[in-house]
Amino acid sequence: MSDNKVIQVEKLTKMFGNFTAVNAISFEVEKGEIFGFLGANGAGKTTAMKMLIGISNPTSGKANVAGFDVFTRAEDIKKNIGYMSQKFALYDDLTVKENITFFGGIYGLSRTKIKEKSAVLVEELGLEAVANKLVGALPLGWKQKLSFSVALLHNPKIVFLDEPTGGVDPITRRQFWEMIYKAANHGTTVFVTTHYMDEAEYCDRVSIMVNGKIEALGTPRKLKEQFKVDNMNDVFLKLARG
Amino acid sequence: MSITVSNISKSYKSVKALENIYFNVKEGELFGLIGPDGAGKTTLFRILTTLLIANEGSATVAGFDVVSDYKKIRNNVGYMPGKFSLYQDLTIEENLNFFATIFGTTIKENYELIKDIYVQIEPFKDRRAGKLSGGMKQKLALCCALIHKPKVLFLDEPTTGVDPVSRKEFWDMLKRLQQKGITILVSTPYMDEAALCDRVALIQDGKILQVDAPNAIVKHYSKQIYNISAHNMYLLINALKSYKYNHSVYPFGEFVHYTDQRADFNPENLKVYLESKKLSQIVIKNTEPTIEDTFMELAK
Repeated sequence: MSDNKVIQVEKLTKMFGNFTAVNAISFEVEKGEIFGFLGANGAGKTTAMKMLIGISNPTSGKANVAGFDVFTRAEDIKKNIGYMSQKFALYDDLTVKENITFFGGIYGLSRTKIKEKSAVLVEELGLEAVANKLVGALPLGWKQKLSFSVALLHNPKIVFLDEPTGGVDPITRRQFWEMIYKAANHGTTVFVTTHYMDEAEYCDRVSIMVNGKIEALGTPRKLKEQFKVDNMNDVFLKLARG
Repeated sequence: MSITVSNISKSYKSVKALENIYFNVKEGELFGLIGPDGAGKTTLFRILTTLLIANEGSATVAGFDVVSDYKKIRNNVGYMPGKFSLYQDLTIEENLNFFATIFGTTIKENYELIKDIYVQIEPFKDRRAGKLSGGMKQKLALCCALIHKPKVLFLDEPTTGVDPVSRKEFWDMLKRLQQKGITILVSTPYMDEAALCDRVALIQDGKILQVDAPNAIVKHYSKQIYNISAHNMYLLINALKSYKYNHSVYPFGEFVHYTDQRADFNPENLKVYLESKKLSQIVIKNTEPTIEDTFMELAK
């Protein structure tokens, strides 16, 4: 695997009985890239992502994530990626600091490292005043920024984000994208699954899945040109409706 | 007026959920309540559908007061809550029959009204609601909210978590319902859906930011916005934020939306500055404000 390709997928397929949920998809993602993985409900996004993060075995094909084969090295993949789901968030009944300590521990960071990281993170997010408050009491936007930072605690090569900014107010949402740009600029690859097309506009490149296949792949600008429309929502509508 | 809201306030313990909310919805209007999670949209819906009582202010729906005439309102409105709240273990047909019976009507009597939507899920009418896909659940919920032919329809975030194709279909359905004379109050966190409404109220942190037609809201935006792009987005944002004349800097897809404090702003000067910050492939172009730009300016 070349140094620059942190995700390499070739003809990756997942069948459930006779149903092909993911149908021979192929793509590559580079180091530091923000890659949008789009598709309608039921198109196969979640199934594909589960294979990439090492929690579902592919039926056939090849995939290498963060330098490890998904068939044989799933455990190593898990150690080298971060994951943030809109639903999962953090433990509401632990404080900000307790959450950081807990997840730092899960990822195997030492106590001193956790302390150090915790201080930096709280300062960067401007959470000093609420560091010892329960996460449940924080506004949604803060929770999401915190959970993104927690997903980056162990310096993963890739961070997977599932619909990261749905429902968040427009200003906080932009602060969130600034954090994503920053992470990407420091070399972390960001893999965003979403069906919010305005989130897609922020990605370096996007792929669009329809019925288990990747039907389009490129920069948002190229895809808009290709489909002769002026936003990603219309690209999506054209593809999904055929 | 189909809905009138005057100075409604509501607090939960120390949290002010709504503060002096005011707006009117005309008969037959498609009115949008646009705001992020936590803005107070659901609290307002619950007050207007008589499920919650405000601390202050008053409101009427279909001509009835939300407190003294609450029973009449319940007969005259349809309410589709944000969280799917039909019976998961009843089938499509059983759910619909249940709601028709509660309101003392039958599916047959009002079939015309729901026909467009119902035919799409009718092939699965013996399937339990819990086993339906998101899009189908949403159509069923809409049918159930319509089965007693309400004058006013309340839809709380009907398109949240729904993909663009189903979203488009849903808005098409709303337009058709509107043509049948139903007044619709719909809430959404998606700014782009504002354009699909006749008028909207922008709401954040329990306060109304503005009420107007979507194209008028955009016109109120007074500054020239520039679309700026460069070879590296992160460095571009940082450079613009440290530019002392900036008024606002917001990432906006592949561009940054930039406004300047000065009336005599010349984009060429900014370009020179950005070049001095080692940015390349710099493009600066005028662009039109969107609802989201206006929202952020008002919420600032």
